Amino acid sequence: MFGDYSLGDLGSIFVMQGFAGLILFSVYVLMALGLAIIFGQMGVINMAHGEFMILGAYVTWMTSNFFQSYLPSMFSGYFFLAMILAFVASGALGMLVEWVLIRHLYKRPLDTLLATWGLSLMLQQAYRSVFGAREVGVELPQWMLGSLQVTDSIEVPINGVFVMCLTVLITISVAYVMYKSRWGRQVRAVVQNRIMAGAVGINTEKVDRYTFGLGCGIAGVAGSAFTMIGSTGPTSGQLYIVDTFLVVVFGGAASLLGTIASAFSISQTQSTLEFFMSGSMAKVLTLLAVVGILMLRPQGLFALKVRK
Amino acid sequence: MTDNRFFNRSELIGILALAVFLVVVLPLTLDVFRLNLVAKYLTYAFVALGLVICWGYGGILSLGQGVFFGLGGYCMAMFLKLEASSVENTKIQSTPGIPDFMDWNQITALPFFWKPFHSLTFTIAAIVLVPGIFALIIGTAMFKRRVGGTYFAIITQAVAAILTILIVGQQGYTGGINGMTDLRTLKGWDIRPDHAKIVLYFFEVGCLFVCIMVAQFVRHSKLGRILVAMREKEDRVRFSGYSVANFKIFAFCIAAVFAAIGGAMFALNVGFMSPSFVGIVPSIEMVIYTAVGGRLSILGAVYGTLLVNFAKTSLSETFPELWLFGLGGLFIAVVLAFPNGLAGIWGDYVQPRIDRLISSRKPKPEGWTDSSVADGAPAE
Repeated sequence: MFGDYSLGDLGSIFVMQGFAGLILFSVYVLMALGLAIIFGQMGVINMAHGEFMILGAYVTWMTSNFFQSYLPSMFSGYFFLAMILAFVASGALGMLVEWVLIRHLYKRPLDTLLATWGLSLMLQQAYRSVFGAREVGVELPQWMLGSLQVTDSIEVPINGVFVMCLTVLITISVAYVMYKSRWGRQVRAVVQNRIMAGAVGINTEKVDRYTFGLGCGIAGVAGSAFTMIGSTGPTSGQLYIVDTFLVVVFGGAASLLGTIASAFSISQTQSTLEFFMSGSMAKVLTLLAVVGILMLRPQGLFALKVRK
Repeated sequence: MTDNRFFNRSELIGILALAVFLVVVLPLTLDVFRLNLVAKYLTYAFVALGLVICWGYGGILSLGQGVFFGLGGYCMAMFLKLEASSVENTKIQSTPGIPDFMDWNQITALPFFWKPFHSLTFTIAAIVLVPGIFALIIGTAMFKRRVGGTYFAIITQAVAAILTILIVGQQGYTGGINGMTDLRTLKGWDIRPDHAKIVLYFFEVGCLFVCIMVAQFVRHSKLGRILVAMREKEDRVRFSGYSVANFKIFAFCIAAVFAAIGGAMFALNVGFMSPSFVGIVPSIEMVIYTAVGGRLSILGAVYGTLLVNFAKTSLSETFPELWLFGLGGLFIAVVLAFPNGLAGIWGDYVQPRIDRLISSRKPKPEGWTDSSVADGAPAE
């Protein structure tokens, strides 16, 4: 299998394959972060998470079109505005959904799963009616095209590097918000003991709403980043939802570090296997390994010790 | 029938009414094409029945019933496909005697796991055993470690995703995305003409009633009581000395076997099997049939399946855009407003009036209200 390649070539292949895995890793982390907040902290299974992500992607696409037609001079910087808009749009929709739907179902976690699945069907159809069934691609600004030549045989695409930097930035800010800010303390207090948190004066309903909104907003940013490496269609979100849930469960819900570690191991396994076999078999083997490990260790990689 | 083991009176009336509806009314009023559609819908009713036991009574939500439906369906389809690919039928292929999709994928000999499917006895055993054992493995691994609830739902969903990717990816062995098409005969008996479809319909309705009886038996036995108790207060049942995991495994396995029988019926009645009935989306749709019919009602599952599918066919023919909105809205409405589905509405509004009508003639009716109190609503 390796006969045709020299040692140097092999090294380059592994580096580039590893880099492809890193881009997949970034997408997983961005999606899983929002889900880890919603599922890990609130215990709500949000099957419409992928659709919130796609909303962010469509917002980015619209912003890019707007800049192209009206502000072509500032086109190179549109992406930063688009990301903020995506966060706001998905977050606002998320808070609305929490208010209309989710808050009635906190005591029935399996039912949130069905209700949010219904929501995801409706959102998909809404996207299809508004934006059309065809996938849309975003025009990238000039500076994001092309690739960096690291050595003679290794080159990495600039948009991939950008998405990775973005992922690191967002992860750090989420970690800061959850573990250092006053609001993050409130969220964790509500998770640990809702009644006591309420008794000491935390408005638990408001915390729930903003937590859900934050999770959905991060999904929107994930969608925004997603447009830079792939095209967007009404059902693109559904492709990732099961993978992302596995990432969160595998990492151990409620553990940010676990989410990142599991996203890394899953994406690297998959992209490395893809080099040796067909994409579908690589995916099957990766998912099988994850399910197998979860059967042996149901609490995930990094589980918090909690008394049930 | 009088010892209250299987039915109380109103359930007996309900089952008879369903029997009249399926055996007499539908075959007399529908043409063969529509009747075949009903047969197709009823295959999902098997899955919904299993979900009533597993989800409604046991509280175990499986989002991977499509896996078992698919395993049963593929077992049946493999037998039918082998019979359709006899040497005379396939003499234009470069390797006669193997299914056409294998020939297209440059496979020259029948793979080993296909060979036993020449035998009908083996196939029938496989339809029940393969999904049953698979469910036993998953159930044992999960429930013995006290994994349940949302985690279990996500894992079953992942299994559904894996099986779909596997079937689509391994074209040469499974027929890929197109599935197994062009199924013709069952032991030399052509399953395609109209009269065969009518026979198959009645056969399927017969099987459905056998499954309904099994479900009724489980529900009225001590086992059913323990399942309900487990759903409500799992720890208390465990401390009373019952092995919670074993009961859960049993409920999951019986749901899997029902789903597999449904899948086999699908292959027979519809004449093909494809991965589009295995994955995540069909699995969740099967859950919604149960939810609409009422997750605690065995007969409700059948009516819910028929109703949702009729709505799907007629709406998606005329307003394809509206259908997904309708289905999505139905999910949300059922969950928010009617957690016990059609059967809940029937039990709350229609049955009391009927009871009142009867009780004006008879002093004390026994019936729905008794059983619905005993079964209880799902845990809030």
